[in-house]
Amino acid sequence: MSAGKTYALILGSGLLLGAGQLSAAPTASMLGDTCAGCHGTDGVSMGPAAPNIAGLSETYFTDTMLAFKSGDRPATVMGRIAKGYSEEEIKLMAGFFATKPMVSTGQKLDPAKVVAGEKLYSKNCSKCHDEYGSLADDDAGILASQWLPYLTYTMVDFKAGTREMPKKMKKKVDALSDAELEALLQFFASQQ
Amino acid sequence: MRKINRRNFIRIAGGAAAVSAIGFPAIAAAGGKKQVVIVGGGTAGATAAKYIRRADDSVEVTLIEPNEHYYTCYMSNEVIGGNRKLESLKFGYDGLRKHGVTVVQDTVIAIDAAARNVTTKGGKSFSYDRCIVAPGISFRDNIEGYDAAAAEKFPHAWKAGTQTALLRGQLEAMADGGTVLIAPPPNPFRCPPGPYERACQIASYLKTHKPKSKILIIDSKDKFSKQALFQQAWERHYPGMIEWKKAADTGGGIIRVDAKAGTVSTDFDDMKVDVANIIPAQQAGVIAAAAGLTDDSGWCPVTGQTFESTIHKGIHVIGDSAIAAPLPKSGYAANSEAKVVAAAVVDLVNGREAGTPSWVNTCYSVVAPDDGISVAMVYNLVDGKVAKVEGSGGLTPMDSSPADRKREVQYAYSWFNNITHDTFH
Repeated sequence: MSAGKTYALILGSGLLLGAGQLSAAPTASMLGDTCAGCHGTDGVSMGPAAPNIAGLSETYFTDTMLAFKSGDRPATVMGRIAKGYSEEEIKLMAGFFATKPMVSTGQKLDPAKVVAGEKLYSKNCSKCHDEYGSLADDDAGILASQWLPYLTYTMVDFKAGTREMPKKMKKKVDALSDAELEALLQFFASQQ
Repeated sequence: MRKINRRNFIRIAGGAAAVSAIGFPAIAAAGGKKQVVIVGGGTAGATAAKYIRRADDSVEVTLIEPNEHYYTCYMSNEVIGGNRKLESLKFGYDGLRKHGVTVVQDTVIAIDAAARNVTTKGGKSFSYDRCIVAPGISFRDNIEGYDAAAAEKFPHAWKAGTQTALLRGQLEAMADGGTVLIAPPPNPFRCPPGPYERACQIASYLKTHKPKSKILIIDSKDKFSKQALFQQAWERHYPGMIEWKKAADTGGGIIRVDAKAGTVSTDFDDMKVDVANIIPAQQAGVIAAAAGLTDDSGWCPVTGQTFESTIHKGIHVIGDSAIAAPLPKSGYAANSEAKVVAAAVVDLVNGREAGTPSWVNTCYSVVAPDDGISVAMVYNLVDGKVAKVEGSGGLTPMDSSPADRKREVQYAYSWFNNITHDTFH
């Protein structure tokens, strides 16, 4: 049984039943399945831009949704949607997606940029984005095989300062040219 | 075929003696596999079929749909605007078959709620423990003279497929300088922002190919979904091309058409236009009324928690046919309702109480090639009814940046790819 399911069971058993007119919390799958319309079944997005959310660590997912909810992280639609969930519900969703396998997007990329990106990755990013951006447990998202337009939007927001970068990352990003950053994103997107 | 007949009853029950002793309706109670029959293979019906099988593959699901393929109504405005191929809206049922769903191409003509049995035009009969009805919309006769022949002359294009192609063909054939009339229906109707997104998509085509042309929207309402955002888009991208007349300006919109004479009429005027897209008032799909699932409104009343009909027990109604407000009649809502009902039906046929539901809706409108807008909302169950979660949802801000609008277009395309995959694969 996953952590998310255990949590659902605890909530369902009556801890929240005293909340008045609201019912017990929905199950993790009830909540997680509603995301599929935009993020794909079990969080595996068909693209071209909406990100994969399958396999994200619970910490990363929860932090992201809370940042959308508070407005700390810029968004088109996700801010409006995140405001619809309590922290408890967000944690249930986090548990649901953390158990889902990441699936490769298989998108078309520029092989030369991917090669250039690999060298930049090893030098700049590998300490925090472990295993070529595929390790969920680093709590730095899953960049591997992520849809390139989404990675690009994210970098645009970081560069514009509308989304805050960790200090170490900012130092690295500021030192890289636009072409180098593009190569990096292509590299992450190419990972299977 | 997955309905329980005598042969597989023997397989399930394993005792030949029982066959002669127990009648058809008693089979489920005797411990056979649970049977769910789904009427209609659109977004709601197809999603429910898949998600029931995902949750419990011991439940046998039969989906009955008249057509071999389904054309999504969503994104069909892009076909009308010439920015997408009709084929991209076409989905078959092999994906559902892979989930173990039995797909029957036939038309349901009767549902007997007491006997828990569905009958088709093809003469087949299917017993069920739970039935899910998802027949989409049918049209009312609120516009005098708007019959099947008139729909060929003045397409509604509100059920996608040949009607979509017909309207696109008329736009292509129209000379520069022509007038396109759009007559949106009264509330409630499928896809509330749809007529106004359609105006944008047609304008996008005309702007490039027939720039002297005009679009006249003669509405049966005085306001509409995402109104300020649409009007901003019309001004921004197609200045002077789109004119919207609210119901009060014309005495209530289009009330009559004459296909032979080629005229469309308001209470005040008879008009000849080059292309007329007449979208009639709507009600639940035909089988819903035939099965006695509709109330005086023409739609199907349901409970908030499980979408079980408040008229007939054992039958759940989802998608456009259901009275699900504040959930809109949208593709996203149909998909979301289907998952709630799939979970509830799996609980109920297994003798458990249905759990707590949660719904989401997100509707994108592509108003120009690089300009997308959206409305979103999260819903929960409050006092047994569907309710908007306070503080959630809302519209794309009027002052959102061009970069964000461009992203919303890409997210709209992602939504289309993901929801259709989630529904049909």
